[in-house]
This record gives sequence, structure tokens and C-alpha cells, in this order.
Amino acid sequence: MSANEKKGMISWLFLLPSIVGVLLFFVAPFMVVIYYSMINNPIQKRFVGFANYINVWGNDAFKLAGMNTLKFSFMAVPLAVLLSLFLAAVMESRIPFKSYFRSFFLSPLMVPTASIVLIWQVMFHYNGLVNNFTALFGADKIDWLKSDKAYIVIVALFLWKNLGYNMILFMSALASIPKELLEVAALENASKMQVFWLIKVRYLSSTILFVTIMSLINSFKVFREVYLMTGDYPVTSLYLLQHFMNNTFASLDYQKLSAAAIIMFIVVTALVYVMYAVENFYGKDVEG
Amino acid sequence: MNLLQKMYKRRKRIDNYKTVLVTVAAFIFAFIFLLPIILTITNSFMSSSEISANYGSIFATTEKGGKIFISKTVNLKFIPDMVTFSQYFTVLFKSPQYLIKFWNSIIYTVPIVAVQLGIATLAAYGFSRYDSKVKRVIFFAYIIMMLMPYQVTLVPNFLVSKALGIIDTRWSIWLPGFFSPFAVYLLTKFMRRIPTEVIEAASIDGAGEWYIFSRINMPLCKGGIASIAILVFFDFWNMVEQPLILLTNTDLHPLSVFLSKINSGEISLAFAVAVIYLVPPLLIFLYGEDYLVEGISYQGGIKG
Repeated sequence: MSANEKKGMISWLFLLPSIVGVLLFFVAPFMVVIYYSMINNPIQKRFVGFANYINVWGNDAFKLAGMNTLKFSFMAVPLAVLLSLFLAAVMESRIPFKSYFRSFFLSPLMVPTASIVLIWQVMFHYNGLVNNFTALFGADKIDWLKSDKAYIVIVALFLWKNLGYNMILFMSALASIPKELLEVAALENASKMQVFWLIKVRYLSSTILFVTIMSLINSFKVFREVYLMTGDYPVTSLYLLQHFMNNTFASLDYQKLSAAAIIMFIVVTALVYVMYAVENFYGKDVEG
Repeated sequence: MNLLQKMYKRRKRIDNYKTVLVTVAAFIFAFIFLLPIILTITNSFMSSSEISANYGSIFATTEKGGKIFISKTVNLKFIPDMVTFSQYFTVLFKSPQYLIKFWNSIIYTVPIVAVQLGIATLAAYGFSRYDSKVKRVIFFAYIIMMLMPYQVTLVPNFLVSKALGIIDTRWSIWLPGFFSPFAVYLLTKFMRRIPTEVIEAASIDGAGEWYIFSRINMPLCKGGIASIAILVFFDFWNMVEQPLILLTNTDLHPLSVFLSKINSGEISLAFAVAVIYLVPPLLIFLYGEDYLVEGISYQGGIKG
């Protein structure tokens, strides 16, 4: 064994604790999940092929939860990307008190959801603040958290928590665009729009991808807000996949759980793959 | 004054107007961002009768006989009529259940942050040294795992915990947290930016891997480790999904779950409990913000 090979082996020792843990707590049980998703029950262990999947796929609660979650993510994620990019652009311009603004916008990141749900309830209750405010303009009162408008509230809470984090990512990416390029563009009389779309956005494409993916992951965590405000049984429009999983855990239906988890695994992987492919196509001629 | 100068001056004035406008807009926006936090804090200093009076229509408390004026709509106040620490006094000295749950939160979060970072620092060093095809495949698998929401990972976590017989114990929360791939991913990205020459030079001088790791790599990564520790802390301090599924014994629940179960009779305490729960992350945020920002800045670009 050469000296280099020996060092290569040593580097595996560093990986060992993590890999053993990950195999034991994530990979191996995931294999069991795949196995469970294809048998009729953990006692008889009869192979049933895709029957569990078809079962879950046709399950009304799963469909409702899946559609609600997707609907939420498709609304919240693009908004989270666009608004935080806008915020980052504002922060890049010449304004005073920049570091204060940065702290203010980032601060919701640290706030535990549990600490803040009380105030959300005060705001969005039927007799709450938001209704008092909209009443000034003659709008009717709405019980925000119990209506089909509940979505808007949850999207707003999601943006509140995540915009700051995304903004920091965009700010650092904007700062890393080569200055010469922008100077050349200025000399060539490029308009602000041109500079933004043709230079900045292309340089940002890998960051946009990252922000989109992180926002997608975080959008699945919005369950925390929904659960802490509305409990186990929210209005139908807020019944999310995590509610479905909790209920299925409660009934200990392993086959259903396993099949549902794998369907979600496939959907998330597919979504990420598509985003990755789009970014690869759009930003391929940019070093970033 | 010639024309050019005039034009320049005019343009500068417009720029100034614009700056003022943007700044004012940013302040309004920042105010909206901070409003919920400020309100939670100021409300925690109100007496229970004031809270019932203000929010009675929402939480409908039946405070001991309840001879309290309840307004029909909420009555938002920034400044309490009378600042009192009575809520804090009650929470800290008379209602041990909140302190027990607070202690639960600490007992979950602190070991998870420490062990996850320890394991991840080692692993990240392993990934960033002697790149090979196998390592890349494994690293890709880590990324996939990191992307999976709790709705997916909780099922395998539950099965393992059941097999090991640790359901309903703290271990069911600790162990998956220890090995979470999140910190490994971020730290690997951080370590890959260390110039290879630095490490090669030490290696040629005859330094062993452990020496390079502990004496050269670690000091260079201090900032990264600090920022990732902060992010992991925020995330686990805020945990909701795992305890709901892995801990049926509510005595073991962290405050993040318990706080929402506060009954309406104790609603006046809720703001004080919320603030107490907010204090640790707030302190970390105030002291570690620069690390945090630096750490987040390093993350961009998933390919790296």
C-alpha cells in the first residue's frame, strides 16, 4: 500500500461514525420501508406488489393532503424566491442602516414557532387585528384560519420566517458577480433591466436553484405553524401531508405509511431533479 | 452653471429622493417583520386581567368567576397599562410544568447540536480529503437525505426506534438528530473551500491526518462550525414533528409542542412562556449573527 493510499484509507475513518449512523438510522430502515410498502402486513408478510401504493394513491385523505401541500408549496416557494431576491436587490442599493435591516429581516429565523403562534392567533382570529384593519376599508370579517383563505395566512407566515435567510443567500451571490462585467455593461449603455436579466439572473442561477430547493424543504415544515395554531384537525384546506402521516401513525398502518413515504420520496426527488435540470440548462455557460 | 452640471445635480437629487423613499419603505417592511416579536414581548409584561380584557374575545378565558370587561374586538396595545412581572413570577416559581418542558427542550437540543457537529466535522473532513468516486456517490446520497422532509424520514426513524425499543424515550429524538446529514453537507462545502496547498504543505512536512484535521482544518473552520451549530440549534429548538410521533408520553415533550397545548385558563401566562422560550435563540442570534450570516452566505450553489 502506498503512502497515499494509506492516507486515503485514513480519510475513511473520519467518515466512519457518520456513515454507520446514517446506515443504521436512515438507509437500513428505509430499505425496510420499501419492503413494508410491498407486503400485505408485517405479520403475514405476503408480497402484494403495488397494491399498497394504489391504495394510498386512491385514498381521499392522502389526495387531499397531497394536493393541499403541493398547492401551498407552489404558491409559497416562487413568492419566497422572488420577494427575497427583491429584498436583496434593495439591500444592495445605497441605503443607510444596512446592517440593521439585515438583522431585522433575518430575525424571524430564530423565533421558535411556538413562541409566536399566540400573536398570529391574535392577528388572524375572527375578532382579530387583521379583521379590525380590513374593516377600516369596509371589508367583511373573515375567520381567517377557518376559511378557505387560511392559505393566505400560512403563505404569509412562511414568507415571514424564510425571506431573511433567502435574502442573505442572494446578497452574497449578488456580491460575487464580477464587477468588470457590470462595468462593461454600463459602458455599453445596457439598461438596468438588461443588466438584471441578462447578467445578474444568469450569475445567480445556481443560487436561485439553491434558494428554491431550500424553500421547498422549508415549505414542508409549515406544518409546525398549522399544527400549533389549529391542532390535529384543521380546516380541510389546511390538512397537510404531515397531518395525514400523524393520523396514519396513530393507527399503526405500516403498509400505508411506507407506501405514502415512498411516494413522497419519489415526488420530492423528481421535483429537485427537474429544478436541477432547468438550472443546468439556463446557467450552463456561466462559471458559478 | 453649465448645463451638464445642472443635469448632474438634478440627477443626484432624484437619486437622493429615491434613497429616502426606499429607506422609508424598508423601515415599514422591517417594522412589519418585527411587530409579532415586539408584541409578544410587551404583552408578556401585562397583568392577567389586562390580557383577558385585550384578547378575551379570542381566547375566551373564564378567569376565576370572570368579572372582567371583555371587549368585543381585540385591543392591541404596545405598552402595558401597568408593567408587571407577575406572569414571569408565576411561570418561574409556581408552575413547574413549563420549566420541565423548557428543560426537555434543552436536554434534546444541546446534545444534538454538540454530537451532530462533532460527527459532522469528522465526516466533512473525510469527504473533503482524497476525493474518490465512491465518496461522491455517498455524498450525493447525503444530499438526497438532507432534502427529504420529516414526512418521509420519520417513517424509517420510527421503525428503527421501535426495533431498538427506544420509542417514548429521549433516545428516539437524540439518535436520528445526532446523525442528521444537514451539518455534514454544509461543513463539507465549507471545508472544500480551504485551499489544498495549505493542507498539502502540512502533509509534506510529515503531519498526520489527525494533526492536520485538529490543528489546521479545525481552526480554519471555526466560523463555519459556529454558524452551522446556530442553524442546527434553531431547527431543533423549534422541533414539532418528531416528538408528536416518537413520544406519546407528553411529559417528555419539549416546550415547542407543549406551548400550543396551554389551556385557555392560563392564556395570560402564555406570552411570558413564549418569551422565556424565545430567550435562548434570541441571545444566540444577537451574539452570533455575524457568524450566522457568514455561514448562510457560504451555502449558496448546491453543486459546490
